[in-house]
Amino acid sequence: MRLFVSEGAPGSLPVLAAAGRAQGRAELLISTVGPEECVVPFLTRPKVPVLQLDSGNYLFSTSAICRYFFLLSGWEQDDLTNQWLEWEATELQPALSAALYYLVVQGKKGEDVLGPVRRALTHIDQSLSRRSCPFLAGETESLADVVLWGALYPLLQDPAYLPEELGALHSWFQTLSSQEPCQRAAETVLKQQGVLALRPYLQKQPQPGSFEGRAVSNEPEEEELATLSEEEITMAVTAWEKGLESLPPLRPQQNPVLPVPGERNVLITSALPYVNNVPHLGNIIGCVLSADVFARYSRLRQWNTLYLCGTDEYGTATETKAMEEGLTPQEICDKYHAIHANIYRWFNISFDIFGRTTTPQQTKITQDIFQRLLTRGFVLEDTVEQLRCERCARFLADRFVEGVCPFCGYEEARGDQCDKCGKLINAIELKKPQCKVCRSCPVVKSSRHLFLDLPKLEKRLEEWLGKTLPGSDWTPNARFIIRSWLRDGLKPRCITRDLKWGTPVPLEGFEDKVFYVWFDATIGYLSITANYTDQWERWWKNPEQVNLYQFMAKDNVPFHGLVFPCSALGAEDNYTLVSHLIATEYLNYEDGKFSKSRGVGVFGDMAQDTGIPADIWRFYLLYIRPEGQDSAFSWTDMLLKNNSELLNNLGNFINRAGMFVSKFFGGYVPEMVLTSDDRRLVAHVTLELQHYHQLLEKVRIREALRSILTISRHGNQYIQVNEPWKRIKGSEADRQRAGTVTGLAVNIAALLSVMLQPYMPTVSATIQAQLQLPLPACSILLTNFLCTLPAGHQIGTVSPLFQKLENDQIESLRQRFGGGQAQVPPMPAVVEAAATAAPRQVQVLMDEVARQGNIVRELKAQKADKNQVAAEVAKLLDLKKQLALAEGKPLETPKGKKKK
Amino acid sequence: MAAAAELTLLEKSLGLSKGNKYSAQGERQIPVLQTNNGPSLTGLTTIAAHLVKQANKEYLLGSTAEEKAIVQQWLEYRVTRVDGHSNKEDIRTLLKDLNSYLEDKVYLTGYNFTLADILLYYGLHRFILMKPRHRLVRNW
Repeated sequence: MRLFVSEGAPGSLPVLAAAGRAQGRAELLISTVGPEECVVPFLTRPKVPVLQLDSGNYLFSTSAICRYFFLLSGWEQDDLTNQWLEWEATELQPALSAALYYLVVQGKKGEDVLGPVRRALTHIDQSLSRRSCPFLAGETESLADVVLWGALYPLLQDPAYLPEELGALHSWFQTLSSQEPCQRAAETVLKQQGVLALRPYLQKQPQPGSFEGRAVSNEPEEEELATLSEEEITMAVTAWEKGLESLPPLRPQQNPVLPVPGERNVLITSALPYVNNVPHLGNIIGCVLSADVFARYSRLRQWNTLYLCGTDEYGTATETKAMEEGLTPQEICDKYHAIHANIYRWFNISFDIFGRTTTPQQTKITQDIFQRLLTRGFVLEDTVEQLRCERCARFLADRFVEGVCPFCGYEEARGDQCDKCGKLINAIELKKPQCKVCRSCPVVKSSRHLFLDLPKLEKRLEEWLGKTLPGSDWTPNARFIIRSWLRDGLKPRCITRDLKWGTPVPLEGFEDKVFYVWFDATIGYLSITANYTDQWERWWKNPEQVNLYQFMAKDNVPFHGLVFPCSALGAEDNYTLVSHLIATEYLNYEDGKFSKSRGVGVFGDMAQDTGIPADIWRFYLLYIRPEGQDSAFSWTDMLLKNNSELLNNLGNFINRAGMFVSKFFGGYVPEMVLTSDDRRLVAHVTLELQHYHQLLEKVRIREALRSILTISRHGNQYIQVNEPWKRIKGSEADRQRAGTVTGLAVNIAALLSVMLQPYMPTVSATIQAQLQLPLPACSILLTNFLCTLPAGHQIGTVSPLFQKLENDQIESLRQRFGGGQAQVPPMPAVVEAAATAAPRQVQVLMDEVARQGNIVRELKAQKADKNQVAAEVAKLLDLKKQLALAEGKPLETPKGKKKK
Repeated sequence: MAAAAELTLLEKSLGLSKGNKYSAQGERQIPVLQTNNGPSLTGLTTIAAHLVKQANKEYLLGSTAEEKAIVQQWLEYRVTRVDGHSNKEDIRTLLKDLNSYLEDKVYLTGYNFTLADILLYYGLHRFILMKPRHRLVRNW
């Protein structure tokens, strides 16, 4: 038989490795063909590797060739291997070809490459560790291992793409890579050039289909129920029966919150937003909202929690803004600090402290750290060539210079960092520099500056990272960024600036300079805490007792993971350093980026004017949280998720459960007699709850939200199957069954209200008020599902939790925020946009009116329930009103749709 | 045809009496079978091969090493190519390729009817009836 291969075709790897194992069983000739040569007569498109059998038949599938070699050596097919190979072909390959294409052909790096395959890699890792087998299909290496190893080798041989936290995958991959047939295949195919050896082949291939969207989706993945042992069921039911008794007493509220020895002390920070920008949705999900979910969760676990944030107020941008508005920098900060505080209050962010960096404490602590670094020899002095704009008569801060990136040629590189290639830039290295304010070309002048000697601190940093990273919950992108910085070697970083608005440098000859935000901003966390309590050092100089979680978008990773730790390590004052650095990717807006100047995207202050409640925003932003990969905000998707997940799934379940108690049992939770099906459900809910805990403990916020929706889906199914509304009219036994189902369902609703608390605090409180959930059960979440609403408990008045978002409402919001128009009159949102509606929208509305009219007529004809008819009529009137508006007809009282 | 319905149909044609229940996973609605003894099985062709063994009709998976590999190759073809992309251009190429492959064959492996024929038939069913050009594919 003859094997046709092509230079750099990745499929050759598994095939050669499998052939190596079947050696001697068959005569194998190898021919090398061009990447575009059609070897198989009946296939239109070229395909390699291909095995031509002695019978004349062709095997053109890589896995089938490998399988054939294994079959020749006497191996028997089995289900598990089949499953792995099918998964490889349908799931792994599409992801992997995208990743390899990005890496090899497009020269992308880091998350762009790892993003598409991360889910697949995690799947392998989990399968290996869950079954605690060294190989995929059992105790010995087999076909599945060779096929998957061969597929993954080009990517994973670069340690940068083999995530450390995937331990099982790591050791599996190492074991296989060290085996002889695999080693030889790798040498033959990659020729010691690494992944670049695939370039000649991959270049000729069409770009793999878009992989976006697929990996970010938060759709329910595994709806099937796991198998449960009798023992698990019994344990879950025992815990359930204990009910409220098993809740510990509520932690008393402390003020100020201080670490308690022997307890889990959680210190949470969110990246400090820059004061003179109004944050957009991407900023909000990136740090404050993500950190808020974790802080709320941490409190539900009764961990001793302090959550802090504040505005970052120093710097040139503030000075400039002050000039523009004719205010002092301090006045500008006061004004914008209040704007920020308001936005976060509206989003229900549960800060213990929301402070600011322009305080005497900031000066005191920054100068102290600086003095310590200075006396310990970690500060250098040097003369710096710096850009000065003669027209504006000042040295230009990095963010006020733009030019062409010296590394990648990107035209709009900023003075400190290139947005395209991510490399750090020294402003004077920029080609064709321009002053961002007046657009004239700045000149280079020299000025004396201070530098943090990072190379001298590098070894300490690596030691600290070596202790901190393993077993911690640093996100993969943060690990990757830090690793690549260290790989390139650290360089001294300038920590002073020729400015006035900043922390003064306490050194002779530097009186007219201030510290650069690089050095100073992360110290803000300490000073903000110091303004909250004079015992701030109990949090910040207490690494043994404090667990520090820092939330940010990925562009902030170097400051938190590298610069501040270096300063703190060099200062030798036992500072608390970050234990878990949680970085998100970026959130895009529809198909592009948020842009304040172009008026594209939703900004914090505008969200309030949309009429959509804060909790709905929170839910959707968390649902699409850019966890592991960039994601995009989309109006249509928001409508869809609100209407399907919140309204139809979660809201529907909780409302039905409560309504049954009110309607059928007079508002009192009925007696529950659990059948084996019910016991099973209790165990499944417990399992899902435990999954939720596992995910949130690892700060996998988006994924944990899915657990909530899964439980409510189970709940809906349970009600649907058991039909309590029918049984309540039946025999005594039927009535009892209806009681049990209702009781169990309403207890699941109670559990959901607590699990939902970190995500949607207002909705959570509403549910708890409706169910009259006893206080300790509202504020504590254990790892077991408890019966918190025992038989006889009286609930309150139940009403619907969510409102439907309508197409036209969303369409007008999309138009309003879509860009083009920078100035939009604030209220009333819906009316404003509808008044300028396009003819197309009028048509849509007319259709809607016609459809709704039919619904009403039908209902009336069927003599349906009065309330129902009234509700539909109200909808119809509303639609008609919108139509009138859209057509520009006059109407009496214009009003936006009321949203609850 | 949803994967679950397809598997139920396969069960019937294999003469398996006890119908299994299937759940679906993810966006692509990949079928999952919960087996009594052991872990669940995921994936259309994986479950199909399992059913064939359950029905003691292993010959449907091929008898020689060569046949077995060919059967699996076409099963993979079914789930990656037929189910994967369904723009018109892809489907046309796919039918053309199959047509030319079948020129000298009765079944996909040559002369023996196998699981590959069944599943490819199920998968192509929706396209073939409207395409008179692919004569051989139709006869098969």
